[in-house]
Amino acid sequence: MQKFTVHKGLVAPMDRANVDTDAIIPKQFLKSIRRIGFGQNLFDAWRYMDEGQPGQDCTNRPLNRDFILNQARYKGASILIARKNFGCGSSREHAPWALGEYGFRAIIAPSYGDIFFNNSLKNGLLPIVLDEAKVDRLFSEAAPFPGYALEINLEAQVVIKPDGSSYSFDVEPFSKYCLLNGFDDIGLTLRHAETIRAFENKRKIEQPWLFT
Amino acid sequence: MIQQTLYDKLWNSHAVRAEDDGTTLLYIDRHLVHEVTSPQAYEGLKISGRPVWRKDSVVATADHNTPTDHWEEGIKDPISRLQVETLDANIKEYGARVFFPFLDKRQGIVHVIGPENGFTLPGMTVVCGDSHTSTHGAFACLAYGIGTSEVEHVLAAQTLLAKKMQNMLVLVEGAIPRGVTAKDIALAIIRQIGTAGGTGCAVEFAGSAIRALSMEGRMTLCNMAIEGGARAGMIGVDDVTLNYLKGRPYAPVGVMWDQAAAYWKTLQSDPGSKFDRVVQLDARELKPHVTWGTSPEMVVTVDDRVPDPDKEKDAVRREGMERALVYMGLNPNTAIKDIRIDKVFIGSCTNSRIEDLRAAAAVVRGRHRAPNVKLAMVVPGSGQVKLQAEKEGLDRIFKDAGFEWREPGCSMCLGMNADRLEPGERCASTSNRNFEGRQGTGGRTHLVSPAMAAAAGVEGHFVDVRELR
Repeated sequence: MQKFTVHKGLVAPMDRANVDTDAIIPKQFLKSIRRIGFGQNLFDAWRYMDEGQPGQDCTNRPLNRDFILNQARYKGASILIARKNFGCGSSREHAPWALGEYGFRAIIAPSYGDIFFNNSLKNGLLPIVLDEAKVDRLFSEAAPFPGYALEINLEAQVVIKPDGSSYSFDVEPFSKYCLLNGFDDIGLTLRHAETIRAFENKRKIEQPWLFT
Repeated sequence: MIQQTLYDKLWNSHAVRAEDDGTTLLYIDRHLVHEVTSPQAYEGLKISGRPVWRKDSVVATADHNTPTDHWEEGIKDPISRLQVETLDANIKEYGARVFFPFLDKRQGIVHVIGPENGFTLPGMTVVCGDSHTSTHGAFACLAYGIGTSEVEHVLAAQTLLAKKMQNMLVLVEGAIPRGVTAKDIALAIIRQIGTAGGTGCAVEFAGSAIRALSMEGRMTLCNMAIEGGARAGMIGVDDVTLNYLKGRPYAPVGVMWDQAAAYWKTLQSDPGSKFDRVVQLDARELKPHVTWGTSPEMVVTVDDRVPDPDKEKDAVRREGMERALVYMGLNPNTAIKDIRIDKVFIGSCTNSRIEDLRAAAAVVRGRHRAPNVKLAMVVPGSGQVKLQAEKEGLDRIFKDAGFEWREPGCSMCLGMNADRLEPGERCASTSNRNFEGRQGTGGRTHLVSPAMAAAAGVEGHFVDVRELR
């Protein structure tokens, strides 16, 4: 997993609530058996005027000029500010894969779909939760200010604004540890293989019907 | 002894070890695998050279990409075919307890085949790379959807890292009126709590109305827990649970059944156990529901009208409503019963079980698809559901009414196969999500119960199923 320590980047606003993972990456792209190639289809139905197909070259597709990420000022954005319940719906990890490949390293929203939140953490994409009032502030501060950038320091758990003021955020210590170090969960878990095996053996005796 | 909720019991009985911050390694009993969210996980195993920890915990099937007609022609879309063949190859290499591949008579939607075969048993942790895994909570399981990284984690280490969620109780009391189904209860709950209402929670459904539901109805309700934001939904064990499981192909038998059943009966919240949140509904007041927008919380009862965004004070909500109305091609204050439809989809892991098909067939019997309805399709949840329905003659009823009788699979719930809405088409659907583009780019989805979908199919617009002759 890609490490997350300190990141400073351009902010793009996604000003709608309940953005679901079907919108983040539509179903037709889930047919891929690879982990890469989803960035060009991030928000496909909103971003292009035509219907996207898997494996298609997107360079000449007609863009929806009204879609926020197509505006020149947000080119190269790496921090997305969003509304409540971002990433609700389907469990598809293709959603954080697509966001990451597009260039996003962090999202700031009042709440997330639980599965999306988890999937993001496993991919070095930091989903920051700030209360609604603070997120609202970020939306209104970013709008009139082309080039509005934020700095995120995971170690210190702060989002630093252009004026130097900051918002602190919570993160689970274990997730933070994995993100800061870029650790692969499975490797960490398998250090406890003997404990898992012992638990499993006990379970076999107590509930043998689970192992037939 | 501290009173425990059902979720507390399931959590405690699967906790292998915990980090200082409470991040816990949970043991996973059952891992359901399908073709869409598993290829990258198996690839991860290949790259790292790790074996599958316990292949007999894995139950696999192909369901999302499989066609629902002309099976003899195979899967025509080469990209879909490659994904299904990749699952075949991965299961061949890494093994599984059971694999029902494309064309197998027992193939079907992963959340239908699990329970109907007895792969899903009370007290289990059940996971799958699919958000509707909450379905299995109907059997007092801790069941939830996971991403592909977690699929790989379970394959490699038989565990998942998890933080304990909050306990939420949804209490539904009272007799369920005629014409109201588990689907309507689910939509009514989501209407009340919103699509983020259960975020961070494991939800237990309880009360006399829940106990009165069949296992099929309970699965429908737990299936939709995720649409209310809750990763896991669950219901305690009672005689309905045990009667459903007894005799299922992979359920225990003899002495082992007795031993298991004695344990399963303890899988209920202790009287007086504490919930972080409690939501109550009166079942007696429920009516059939129809969604009007692009989120399951955008829902009203069938006798109501499409809401007016001008009456919404919250700006973000109002803009969401306005955007939804444009997408849905609806005007505020339109009576739900005046909304005409183009297609009907009866199927999905929410509503494709035998009871759902019986309810739809009861409405359709002796009637015919309305002229403006271009397509009405019935997609059974599994080969076994299909067989049972055909034994009961339900296929005949549907076909006589001009409804198509298809092969099992996820089908038009998400349109990964050829079953899709065209731009602008409006569908009465028994599935679970009315998101933009969910059933096909530009498609317009109205979520309803099977009886309501069938009724819309024969009348050509939404009708109150309680008012049909």
